[in-house]
Amino acid sequence: MPLLDSHPPRTPVAARRLVLAHVSATYVEDGQTLTALDDLSLSVTDGEFVALIGPSGCGKSTLLDIISGLYTPSAGDIRLDGETTTTASRLGRTAYMRQRDLLMPWRSALDNAALALEVHGTPRRRARTLARARFAEFGLVGFEDAYPAQLSGGMRQRVAFLRTVLAERPLLLLDEPFGALDALSRVGLQTWLLDRWEAAAQPTRQAVLLVTHDVDEAIFLADRVVVLTPRPGRIAHIEPIDLLRPRRREMVTSAPFLAHRATLLAALGLLPSTPDPAVSTP
Amino acid sequence: MTVTSRREVGDRIGRWLWPALVLLALLAAWETAVRLADTPRWMLPPPTAVAAALRDDRALLLPNAWVTLQEILLGFALALLAGLLTGVAIDSSRTIERALYPLIIASQTIPLVALAPILLIWFGYGLLPKVLVTALVAFFPLAVNTVDGLHAADGETLALLRSLGASPGQRFRLVKLPSALPHLFTGARIAITFSVVGAVFGELVGASAGLGYLMERAGAQFQTARVFAAIVLLALIGVTLFASVALLERLLLPWRRHVTRE
Repeated sequence: MPLLDSHPPRTPVAARRLVLAHVSATYVEDGQTLTALDDLSLSVTDGEFVALIGPSGCGKSTLLDIISGLYTPSAGDIRLDGETTTTASRLGRTAYMRQRDLLMPWRSALDNAALALEVHGTPRRRARTLARARFAEFGLVGFEDAYPAQLSGGMRQRVAFLRTVLAERPLLLLDEPFGALDALSRVGLQTWLLDRWEAAAQPTRQAVLLVTHDVDEAIFLADRVVVLTPRPGRIAHIEPIDLLRPRRREMVTSAPFLAHRATLLAALGLLPSTPDPAVSTP
Repeated sequence: MTVTSRREVGDRIGRWLWPALVLLALLAAWETAVRLADTPRWMLPPPTAVAAALRDDRALLLPNAWVTLQEILLGFALALLAGLLTGVAIDSSRTIERALYPLIIASQTIPLVALAPILLIWFGYGLLPKVLVTALVAFFPLAVNTVDGLHAADGETLALLRSLGASPGQRFRLVKLPSALPHLFTGARIAITFSVVGAVFGELVGASAGLGYLMERAGAQFQTARVFAAIVLLALIGVTLFASVALLERLLLPWRRHVTRE
């Protein structure tokens, strides 16, 4: 289903899906005002995959809460598709997936997947038909009637992902979607997500803003990686990823990948900023 | 989808068989003791005499049991309605919660059945005062468990619904209500047994029909076997209603079986 069919096939300059201008967020804890995000400006274009990494507590999740309309920033402007928005007007405009799958234990996998459609007013039967049609693509055939408690962690996360995709919002917000999984399922789901996303034709491809603390995951998936500083979160570094698409798993050992990794680890303060020539990558 | 193994079948038989055997043994001991000691019938009739009373007095027992059953069901229904509305009101507003919740908790220190004589003065000997006593005692577990259940709804799931643009009504219907149902059933199982007590007490205070009324009349005339027969019927009503609530819970919350298995 084309999401941007009203646009001409070739837009000379990629449209800006999301623009954050000078966004700050504060919250009060034990009578103290803490700054979570400080003057953050960033934009995500159509069909772009942006990853946000940073130490825990840098306000990554707060940022996604702000973009989805769950949290009001203390300052700054947020534009979606060129429109100025308010916190309330952003609700329902994005598809937000958190680390916890948040499947409802009383709903079958099918009904959980169809949730966003139901909320948006699709009649239940139609919502179920639409969700059922996507079960094969998400590797969930045969589990339509299973309850979440009967599914493995990876499968639950795929159901949550299907729910997010079926919301059919042009901007996906992913908050460490693979964080709760073991390493193997994690790599499997990353590859699977990438295949799905890269297979979508350019005009229908959703823009993605992914929060992660995994540098390799960020490089492997994203077009750009944004590094945030420890609290208060500011942009420390933006790294455009110089790897061709479609991405291949083998790329994680390639020279450009390792170079990106060195730069990003340095930006995170986990490596000295001038690499030792003896250990630097060729 | 569920495979019933031989062991599960064995467990299921065992679950019924052993209590049934204990009950039979107790009845046999009672029968023997009464016969050996030659206890007067008006003091303690043997189980066989109770069974005989159940059979011979059925024309008297059954219409009165029907009256009591109506009181229980109407009182429970009223308490359910009031408990749900109160629970939802308390959950929806901090102010209502602060104003109402302490009073509801404190009201439990009042022996509510003691209000029965007043209700008798106000509403007479008919069905209504018994229904009200029943509703009063059944209200508390229903209201409190509704509040607990609604409060137990997962905050992150509610946030997810909000981020999808769900209205407050949708959040209630899709998240809060289903989260509250298991708690509500816990309350209902307690409330239904309270309801039986409430209805009988209401009848003991003053009535013209019902098993409580029949027990009082029969007791005054030392027809002890008939009193026991009424107690047996009350026990049957209580067990049947409790089992109905449990069955309804199984049917309405099929997912619970999978959760508890983990």
